Amino acid sequence: MKIPGHTAVGSKTLRRPHEGPWAWLAAASVALSVLMLGALIVLLSVKGLANFWPSTLHEVILDDGDTVIGVPFEQRTLPGGEGVERRYWIANRDDGGGIWRWLSVPRLASDQTPDDLVVLERRHWGTFFGRLVAVRLEGERLTGEAAWLAMEQRLKELDALRQARQQLTRDDILPLIRRMEREPSSSETQHRLDDRQLQALQARAKELRRLQQGGVLVLENSQGQRQEQPLEEVLDAWRPNAMAWYEKLGHWGGELWQFLSEGPRDANTAGGVWPAIFGTILMVLLMSVLVTPFGVLAAVYLNEVAHQGRLTRLVRIGVRNLAGVPSIVYGVFGLGVFVYGIGGSIDRWFFDSSLPSPTFGTGGLLWASLTLALLTLPVVIVATEEGLSRIPLHQREGALALGATRFETLTRVVLPMAMPAMLTGLILAVARAAGEVAPLMLVGVAKLAPQVPVDGEFPFLHLERKFMHLGYHIYDAAFHSSDVQAAMPLVYATALLLVVVILVLNLTAIFMRHYLRKRHGAPVRR
Amino acid sequence: MSIDGRLPQRQLSQASLGSRRGAVMAFSEADTCLDIQGLSLAYAGKPALKDLTLRIPRHRVTAFIGPSGCGKSTLLRALNRLHDLNEDVSRRGSIYLDGHDIHDSRVAVSELRRRVGMVFQAPNPFPMSIYDNVAFGLRLQGGLSKRRIDDVVEWALKSAALWEEVKGRLRASAWSLSGGQQQRLVIARTLAVEPEVLLLDEPASALDPISTLKIEELIRTLKPHLTLVLVTHNMQQAARVSDYTAFLHNGELVEYGPTDTLFTHPRLRRTENYITGRMVG
Repeated sequence: MKIPGHTAVGSKTLRRPHEGPWAWLAAASVALSVLMLGALIVLLSVKGLANFWPSTLHEVILDDGDTVIGVPFEQRTLPGGEGVERRYWIANRDDGGGIWRWLSVPRLASDQTPDDLVVLERRHWGTFFGRLVAVRLEGERLTGEAAWLAMEQRLKELDALRQARQQLTRDDILPLIRRMEREPSSSETQHRLDDRQLQALQARAKELRRLQQGGVLVLENSQGQRQEQPLEEVLDAWRPNAMAWYEKLGHWGGELWQFLSEGPRDANTAGGVWPAIFGTILMVLLMSVLVTPFGVLAAVYLNEVAHQGRLTRLVRIGVRNLAGVPSIVYGVFGLGVFVYGIGGSIDRWFFDSSLPSPTFGTGGLLWASLTLALLTLPVVIVATEEGLSRIPLHQREGALALGATRFETLTRVVLPMAMPAMLTGLILAVARAAGEVAPLMLVGVAKLAPQVPVDGEFPFLHLERKFMHLGYHIYDAAFHSSDVQAAMPLVYATALLLVVVILVLNLTAIFMRHYLRKRHGAPVRR
Repeated sequence: MSIDGRLPQRQLSQASLGSRRGAVMAFSEADTCLDIQGLSLAYAGKPALKDLTLRIPRHRVTAFIGPSGCGKSTLLRALNRLHDLNEDVSRRGSIYLDGHDIHDSRVAVSELRRRVGMVFQAPNPFPMSIYDNVAFGLRLQGGLSKRRIDDVVEWALKSAALWEEVKGRLRASAWSLSGGQQQRLVIARTLAVEPEVLLLDEPASALDPISTLKIEELIRTLKPHLTLVLVTHNMQQAARVSDYTAFLHNGELVEYGPTDTLFTHPRLRRTENYITGRMVG
């Protein structure tokens, strides 16, 4: 506040010329970090989320009469100024060529966006761009707008049938098959009963499958060639050019929801990532449950129990250095000790009947969580130890002077006070574990495991199963898919999702810490 | 000190304060609460207490004074074996509480510390509610009903003259109290486990003058029920509240006697120099 007659004396900004550069340097590095972080999030969001937007389809006629239907993607100037090229996503992989096409911009004779252009998402061959000519359904042949309406109606029915069949497989058939595999030695009558039940279920699945058949679309591609498309292969259809913005928004939301809630298709280049989200979160939670007690107990021993001599110092230095060991080394350790060593032994002792196919002797959720717990153990130990050593001596003495034993002092005063520090350790551990991919490749992550490791079948949580992971999904889609260009938007979207998942996990822990701090009172400054 | 139907306010009138003046160490063997016999203590080989022998009277306030580093806090902490936590401390000599050696292997240290309570220089309430702080020691003993704990908490807070200030917010965090209130809460917490001796390690040195006065008043109120041992830097405080004063210097007991005598007619030149401020502490 300005007081009349007074001049300001102090200033937080650096004013004298020779002080300036340091402040600028410091400010610049902060600005750069924030900018880079912001750029990363913006890039991921824009590239990832734009993927689900129904982009406008262009029908382009070249000067030689060739027609192309596609979505313009990028544009570049040819070297030497020989003109401009534009890349179109033309889809229609079944037309023989690729799904991309470079067109020379000066050669474009016309560029229109007709309303009747159709996008189909198909189970095989990916996306289709073109026109809908007719629908043949139950002997009838419909054309024009009637065809479109009939197709939309049928797609809804197909979706319901597909879900019913999936549910039947997931909830009834697979559990039964697993049970029969697990108990091959059960009685003859039981076996026959199971067999009959399985046959009934499979017959019902077949019936559902049969109901999906029938119905053919007659399509026309950009060249005017007709082709027939079985309707049950079509997952979704829309006419982007005819959609209003709110319809597009609805479509975008639907696509996003599918991405979050469904399993992958087409070798991980399309479809959703639900199993990967679930696997990532479940693995991180399991890891937290495993690492926290171990880390806290180790820190308590090092800080409260052990004689503070040379050996303890050496152990402490060792623990701190373990935090710097490359994660793939932990992966190798996990593979050797957990998977082959412990897992192999468990198989020999308890799952002898199903050998040589391994149960626990192969990578799985439990071993991946354990490996990551080991990886993050140093972080938790160091953070907890720091928290313990920050608790003032007079708090401990206060408890001791009331007749508390050392153990009571520890459990009733010291550990509750160190809780925020433990959670800080856990936050760091989660942040590190959720992003690890390298060790997981060795100990349990799978390219495709559409069944999430939790279901209604005893023991509900299947620790021995392989699982999907967002980080590995990114790697797989970006490097191992048939068309990296086509998978790119999905990679961006998955990367964004991974960041969001880690953020959510961390925020949960931070809120817990905040709550605990509030419950135990604000720290007194002396 | 017991809580049943004997609140401090009632007993204050019965306290006999008159006999103090004439007492030149005039308390008998039976009136001795703590008997320190030839106690020597060393930190990592460095002597901190040198062959101390003194008797501390029951239901009186005994003050330890002396310059910084003279060993008065060390002596206080020896009385409830807080030094046991430090591996570097070595000891010779004995301390008897009501005639029993506190270093006897049959003595449970936690039980000793319950009987010999301690209040520290800086208020150290636990990061819990006011109620939980006072109930902390009781819950350690276990087996007490909820109602009994309620009663004892109320009694302890009343005894520490804090009840009126906190009775409406027992569930509030103890750290929300002022420094003086926190110190009285710590005293209440200690009183709740019904100790026989209360050790006070400069209990008012971190407090403002008004809070200090309240603590001193509290010490006087508690005297009829408890043996109090007070370490203080503040000569006036020692003169105001204590019945006996021991002057320590360089780990030795220089002079020990009734407070009035020690402050008005010190026998030794060293004592006189210190209490008149000529010796820089």
